[in-house]
Amino acid sequence: MTEHFPILILLVPLFGALIVVLLGRERPEQCWVTSLVSLGISSIISLFTIIIVLSDKVQTIRYRMGGWEPEANGYEVGIELRVDILAALVVFAVTFVGFVNTIYSKTRAEAEVQGKVSFFYALIQLLIVGLCGIVMTNDAFNLYVLIEITSLTSYALIAMGNRRAALSSFNYVIMGTIGASFYLLGVGYLYIKTGTLNIDDIRMVLGNNDLWEHQSIIVAFIFIMLGVWTKMAFFPLHGWLPNAYAYAPSMTGTFMAPLMTKVMVYVMIRVMVWLFGWDFVYSDQHVWRELVIWMAVIAIVAGSLLALARTDIKKMLTYLIIAEVGYMVGGAWLGNVTGQAGAFYHILSDAAMTFCLFIAASIIVLRVGDSRVSAFDGLFRKMPLTMIGFTVGALSMIGLPPTCGFFSKWYLISGGMKAGQWEYVCALIFSSLVNAIIFFRIFERAYFGKIAGVKEDLSPSDSDANPDTGIKEVPWSMLVPLFIASGSVLLLGIMNRTLFEWIQTALEVMNT
Amino acid sequence: MKLFGLIAVFIVGVLLLSATQDFPSWGNPRSAASDGEVSSFYIEKTEAVTKVPNMVTAVLADFRGYDTMFETVVIFIAGIGIIAVLRNFEGSDSSIDYDNDDNGAGLLARFTCSLILPFIQIFALYVVAHGHHSPGGGFQGGVMLGASYILLALAFGLSKAKRIFSERRTMIFAAVGIFIYVGWGVLCLLLGGEFLNYSVLDSILPGDAMMARSYSMLVVEIGVAFTVTAIMFSMYSNLSTRGRLSKGL
Amino acid sequence: MDPIIANFIEENIVPKFNYWIYVILMMIGLYAMITKNNLIKKLIGMAIFQTAIILFYVSIGVKEAGGIPIISHHGSEHHQEAGAHSEAGSENLKHNIIDKDKYANPLPHVLMLTAIVVGVSTLGLALAISQRIHKSFGTLEEDEILNKLRPGGHD
Repeated sequence: MTEHFPILILLVPLFGALIVVLLGRERPEQCWVTSLVSLGISSIISLFTIIIVLSDKVQTIRYRMGGWEPEANGYEVGIELRVDILAALVVFAVTFVGFVNTIYSKTRAEAEVQGKVSFFYALIQLLIVGLCGIVMTNDAFNLYVLIEITSLTSYALIAMGNRRAALSSFNYVIMGTIGASFYLLGVGYLYIKTGTLNIDDIRMVLGNNDLWEHQSIIVAFIFIMLGVWTKMAFFPLHGWLPNAYAYAPSMTGTFMAPLMTKVMVYVMIRVMVWLFGWDFVYSDQHVWRELVIWMAVIAIVAGSLLALARTDIKKMLTYLIIAEVGYMVGGAWLGNVTGQAGAFYHILSDAAMTFCLFIAASIIVLRVGDSRVSAFDGLFRKMPLTMIGFTVGALSMIGLPPTCGFFSKWYLISGGMKAGQWEYVCALIFSSLVNAIIFFRIFERAYFGKIAGVKEDLSPSDSDANPDTGIKEVPWSMLVPLFIASGSVLLLGIMNRTLFEWIQTALEVMNT
Repeated sequence: MKLFGLIAVFIVGVLLLSATQDFPSWGNPRSAASDGEVSSFYIEKTEAVTKVPNMVTAVLADFRGYDTMFETVVIFIAGIGIIAVLRNFEGSDSSIDYDNDDNGAGLLARFTCSLILPFIQIFALYVVAHGHHSPGGGFQGGVMLGASYILLALAFGLSKAKRIFSERRTMIFAAVGIFIYVGWGVLCLLLGGEFLNYSVLDSILPGDAMMARSYSMLVVEIGVAFTVTAIMFSMYSNLSTRGRLSKGL
Repeated sequence: MDPIIANFIEENIVPKFNYWIYVILMMIGLYAMITKNNLIKKLIGMAIFQTAIILFYVSIGVKEAGGIPIISHHGSEHHQEAGAHSEAGSENLKHNIIDKDKYANPLPHVLMLTAIVVGVSTLGLALAISQRIHKSFGTLEEDEILNKLRPGGHD
C-alpha cells in the first residue's frame, strides 16, 4: 500500500469534497468534521511520504497512472507522478496548512458565507487536490489542467465574499486566464517540436536533437515563464493579488495567501531546473538572466515601498507577499544551487510566516472591527495571545533569528554574493529595513497606544472580557491555528540546516 | 490604456509568430509531433492493446484517464462555484407557485419538443455508449443529455424541469458521476494495480485484460456523462434565473 | 524588394498559414480582454482567445492524407460476407500493419477536449461573477464601477 501513497494524498480530499456536496447545505457541522478528517488523513499520509522518500533506497517515487510502462520505444505513454523530497515537502505544507485552516474556519464559516458552508468546504478540498496534483505531476498538460482546477476554485472562493470581492475576483479571472493560456501556448510549442508531453521525455528529446537554440524553444520558455509569473503575481503582473486576497472572506484569505503563489514558484523552479535544464536557462547567450534579476529587484523594492504606504493591514500584507515573490524569483535565477535551494527553502518559510500573519490580522480585524493599522492600538495589553503570534510572524518577515525568515534571507544573500549579483543583496537588505520600519511602527502602537474602540458591546458580567475595554480574546479554535503557525515558523528556523541539506542534495541531483 | 494594450498585443503576437519559422508546415506527416514515437504508438497499437478502435476515446479514457478525471472535476467545480457565487437561498424554499409561474414557450414549441425530446435523449445515450466505435463518449453524450433538459426547461417552463431534475438531484448526480470515475480507479487500487490500471480488473469482468480495459472505459465514460448532464442543467438554471431558480427565461 | 516579400510570403506564410491565422485571432481576443471597458466584452475576448488556442492545437495534428483517428472495420465485414476467403481475410486485417499516415494525430484532439471543457467552465464561472457584480453595482462598465467605489462616489 505504501507505494500508492502519492495518489492517496490526492484521493482523500477528493472523496471528502464529494461527501461534503452529498451531505448538503443543511448540515454544516458534519461538513466541517468531514473536511477536518479528510485533510488530517491527507497530512498524515504526506508526512509518511516524506519519510519514505528520505530513506535511501527510494529517492524518488515514480508512479505511473494506469500502469502504462514506457511502451513507445522508451517514451512514456501515460501520465506519471514524480515525488522527490522537494515535492513531498511542499505537499506536506499544503495539506497541513489546509488542515490547520479548517480548524480556524470552524467559527467563521457560518458568519462569512451564509448558508453555503458545504460549498465552501467542497471548494477548499478541491483546491488542495489541485495544489497537491500540481506539485506531484510529471506531465506538462496535466499541469495545465491542475493549474486551472486551482484557479477556478480560487475564483469561486474569492467571489463568495462581499461585492468588492466579486469585482476583484473578476479581475483575477481575466488575468489568471491570460496566464494559464500563455502556459498552454508554451506547452503547445514544445509539443510541436518534441512530440511528447512528459517532462522527462521533453528534456530528452530536446537534448537528443539539440533543439536548444531554435526560436520556438526560446519562445516556449518565455511564454511558460510569463504564464507562471502571472499566476504567482510577479511584479508587474501582480495587479490581481492585493485586491483579491484583501477582500476575500477571511478563512479563504488565510488559506490562499500562504499557498497559491508559493506552489507557482515551485512550478517555476521545476520548469527551469527539470524541463529546460541548467545549461539552457543560465547560459550567457541569453540576455534574460540579468533582466530577470533586475525585475526581481524592482519587485522587491516596489513591494516593500507599496506595503509601507498602506494603512490597511491586509493590503499591507499582500504587498509584502509580492516582495517575497520577488525574493524567490531572484533567488532561483541567480545561477547557483545555493540560490535555488534558498528560494525553495523560502517557499516553506514564507508559507509559514504568511499563514501566521494572515490569521493574526484576520483575528484582529474581526475583534476590533477596523482593518486599518490604527486597530492595533494598545493591543498588547488587551489581546496578548494574538499579539504574540503576530510578533513571531513579524520578526520572521523582518528576518531575525531564530525564525525561519532569518535563515532564508541568509541563504539567499549568500547565494547572491556567490553569484556576484550585488543589486539583489542590496534589495534584500533594503526590504528587511522597510519591513522593520513597518512592523516596529505597529509594535509601538500596540504597546503604547490608546485602546481602539470595541466592536461588540459586552455586558460587565462577561467574565472573558477585560473590564475596561471589552475586547476579549477569540475562542481557542482560532488561537490554536495561530499558535501552530507561529510554532512552525520557529520550528522551520531551528531545523533549517537539515532541511537545507535535503533541498540542496535534491537540487544537485536535478541539476546534473 | 488602449495604446498600452495595442503595444502589448503587438509584442506578444510578434514573439509568437517569430517561432513559426521552424514549425512544420500544415499537414506535414513527417513533423515531430505527428511522426513522434508517442503518436505512432497511439495509432498503431491502441486497438491491439485495448480493443477500442476509436483512438481518441482510448487515449482520453485509458492512457490519459487521470487527466480526464480532473477534467470532470473541473466541470464539477464550475457547477458548484456558480451555485456558491450566485445562488440566493432565501425565499426559494417556498413551494412552487403554479399560478404565477411561467409556462415556458407557446403551444407549438411545447408540442414539437414533446415529440423530439425522447429521440434526443436516446441519441445522447447512444453517443455515450458508442464512443468506442464512432466519435462520441462521455462529454459529448452528457452535453446532449443536459441540453435536452434545458430544452425541456425552455419549452415547458423551469418549474416543470425542476420537478424532474431538482437542485438536490443535480448535485447528487454530479457527485455520483465523479464517484463512479474515482471509485473505479480505487477498485483497481484495491485489486492490486495502480490507480486507473484497468487491466487488473479482468478478474471480475468477463473477458481478458484487454476487454477489461474496453469495459472500464465504458463505465468511466458513463460516470463522466452523469456529471456533465447534471452540471449543464445546473449551470443553465442558475445563470438564467440569477440564482433564484424561480422563474425561467 | 518585391521578390523578397514574395519569397517571404511563399516560404513562411503560405505553408504555415494556420499558425498565422490562429495567432492573429488570439491577439484579437487578447486585445479585447485587456482594453475593453465592459465586463461582458472582456469575457467575449476571453472566449475568442481560448478558442483560437484550441484551433491552434488541433491544426497541429492534421495530416495531408489522414482521415479521422478511428480505425474502421468496414473492410473486414465485407470480407466475412465473401465466404471462402473470410477466415484468412479477417485474420489478415487483424494483424494488419496500420498505416499511421492514414490517420490524423489523436493526441491534440484529446488535449483539446480537455481544454474546451476548461474554457466552458471558466466562462460559466465568470458569467456568474459578472451577474453578481451587476446585482451589487447596477452596471457592467468597469469605469462606472470604479467610480462608485471611490470614497467620493455615491452608491
